[in-house]
Amino acid sequence: MKINKNKKIELFYSMIRMRMIEEKIAEKYSEQEMRCPVHLSIGQEAIASGICMNLQKKDQVLSAHRSHFHYLAKGGSLKKMISEIYGKETGCAGGKGGSMHLIDIQAGLIAAVPIVGSTIPIGVGLAWANKLDNLKKIVVIFFGEGSTEEGVFYESINFAALHNLPVLFVCENNFYSVYSGLNKRQPKKRKLFNVAESLGVKGISLDGNNVEEIYLKAKKIIKSVQRTNHPFFIELSTYRFLEHCGPNNDDDLEYRPTSEILFWKKKCPIVKYKKKLLKEKVLNSKKLDKIYNEINLEINKSFKFAQKSKFPKNSNLMKNIYA
Amino acid sequence: MLKKNSINKNRFIQYTQAINEALMQSMKLDKKIVILGLGVDDPKRIFGTTNNLIETYGKNRVFDMPTSENAITGFAIGMSLGKYRPVLCHQRVEFALLSMDQIINQAAKWSYMNDGQMSVPIVIRLIIGRGWGQGPQHSQSLESLFANIPGLKVVCPSSAYDAKGMLISSINDNNPVIFFEHRWLHSTYSIVPKKHYSVPIGRSKIVKKGNNLTIVSSSYMTIESLKASEILSNYGINAEVIDLRTLRPLDIKPVLKSLKKTKKLLVVDNGWTQYGISAEIITRVATIKKLNKNLAINRMGIADTPIPSTRNLAKLCYPDCLDICTEVGKILNIKFKNLYSKFKSFRAQDVPNKNFTGPF
Repeated sequence: MKINKNKKIELFYSMIRMRMIEEKIAEKYSEQEMRCPVHLSIGQEAIASGICMNLQKKDQVLSAHRSHFHYLAKGGSLKKMISEIYGKETGCAGGKGGSMHLIDIQAGLIAAVPIVGSTIPIGVGLAWANKLDNLKKIVVIFFGEGSTEEGVFYESINFAALHNLPVLFVCENNFYSVYSGLNKRQPKKRKLFNVAESLGVKGISLDGNNVEEIYLKAKKIIKSVQRTNHPFFIELSTYRFLEHCGPNNDDDLEYRPTSEILFWKKKCPIVKYKKKLLKEKVLNSKKLDKIYNEINLEINKSFKFAQKSKFPKNSNLMKNIYA
Repeated sequence: MLKKNSINKNRFIQYTQAINEALMQSMKLDKKIVILGLGVDDPKRIFGTTNNLIETYGKNRVFDMPTSENAITGFAIGMSLGKYRPVLCHQRVEFALLSMDQIINQAAKWSYMNDGQMSVPIVIRLIIGRGWGQGPQHSQSLESLFANIPGLKVVCPSSAYDAKGMLISSINDNNPVIFFEHRWLHSTYSIVPKKHYSVPIGRSKIVKKGNNLTIVSSSYMTIESLKASEILSNYGINAEVIDLRTLRPLDIKPVLKSLKKTKKLLVVDNGWTQYGISAEIITRVATIKKLNKNLAINRMGIADTPIPSTRNLAKLCYPDCLDICTEVGKILNIKFKNLYSKFKSFRAQDVPNKNFTGPF
């Protein structure tokens, strides 16, 4: 299968847009107006872009604490996301959720929560409802490799296999749960997709920084999930470039080996892809400038919108505790 | 016609059957109601409460589940986001402790954390155990644990009539509702209409009128409180008994109204007293300035220990109607003569009734 030129540009655009958005968040975070924890995903763009490019609007996505890219790649409103981080009434959750509770029902981003593994059964339940109603849509659950250490992960995979549910498990393995490396948390040489397979859900392992490969493989997988109603598990290795939580680089803490950091920075999904597209003459510097300008314009608008927006009224405090 | 009506009026059915009727009739009215839980279609059918559901509504609406309490609760939440209305059931409260993340972090927060864009209409039936040596992990009354959480509704009907009506209300509610059933209430009977009806969530009820003092209780201890009021009447004391029925949202008004009249309050907690329901009720009462002058207040509950298995020690944990009378006596400054000898037959044993032969 080949990717046409336009799709290549779309993939690149999606990734660079997300990175520029988070770079702007990082840049403005020190102003102390965005007063909520932010888990930036810079370095992990290829997964959200490659997977979500294959989804239709009706398909549903759930995510965890590092959710900005899933929200954006699924088509979530940028204005509402930035406003939410600013705690404004125009935010996607009215300011009640913050960065860790993004939601855009229209776009199909159903939920994001910071309790590791917690959205996995919820996504499976939603896929179950979809199957019972024969709705022909799939649920994609994004989670980190830390989730595979939670009991609820096994419970959920087991059930998805048992009932053949149309759900795609996407495990972003960035090797760290906060500061704790995978080598301290799981046995050596374990392949996470093997764990899923042993429970009855087919899976593969992919390079999480190769957007074209992710896009193409996911296309096939998603079609097969839709056709057969069988769940699937994709494990993708990747790396976050910044600290676990916050706008900075925290490599001075030395919890990650320098050689490892350099290895992954060389594998930056965007730098690599840009080089490739320039070489293929899909992109040139003129086109790139146009893209950057367009994105900058959109970002600046969204930040202005958020900054100008009002905080929710005091009377909102006690609203919507109950439906 | 007259005859038919009188039959209906005297339709005594068991609590478990009332639960079953609520499920049966609700499922008929709304195809999106589904039943989930370990054993919901097994030979015992959750003490008979899920009888005939799978036969009537089929395997696409009644689901036996893996032993995965946390995930099951998440599945129920997910299904509710897909417009289903799941009724989840655990055979003991303690199993739900494995799902506290999904209940407290997710279900209870859902509506708030998306500012009302979506809600989670699920019912979680939790059965409180007692007696027959069930021991530390099968006999806890943890209602207050759940009642502490904004975003949840917590109900604990004490009669078959309320059980049916409140389960129907819980199923129709657009929020997560924790529905407590005391195992010892399962074998009680009351008059229950055959029709589909609802008893509102959030209304406590005067189950016996009186003017000498106010006894506030919930769940099974309402039964013991009623027995106590009967005994007290032998000593010329007329107690008012209020059954809370819902713990969140709490309806304190009938309690306040009653206290204006009686000035004396005994709260009989179904569980431990520390940090629990009695603390909540008494605080609500005591912080009302107009009311708290000359108010006599007392509380009681289960002994402050895990419940041991052996009946010899377990019986020391549970206060019964006679102990309630003794606590009433402390408020009224009365010692009831021959209370424990004269009314011995009123005492609860380690079984809910004499027909019960174990093991659950």
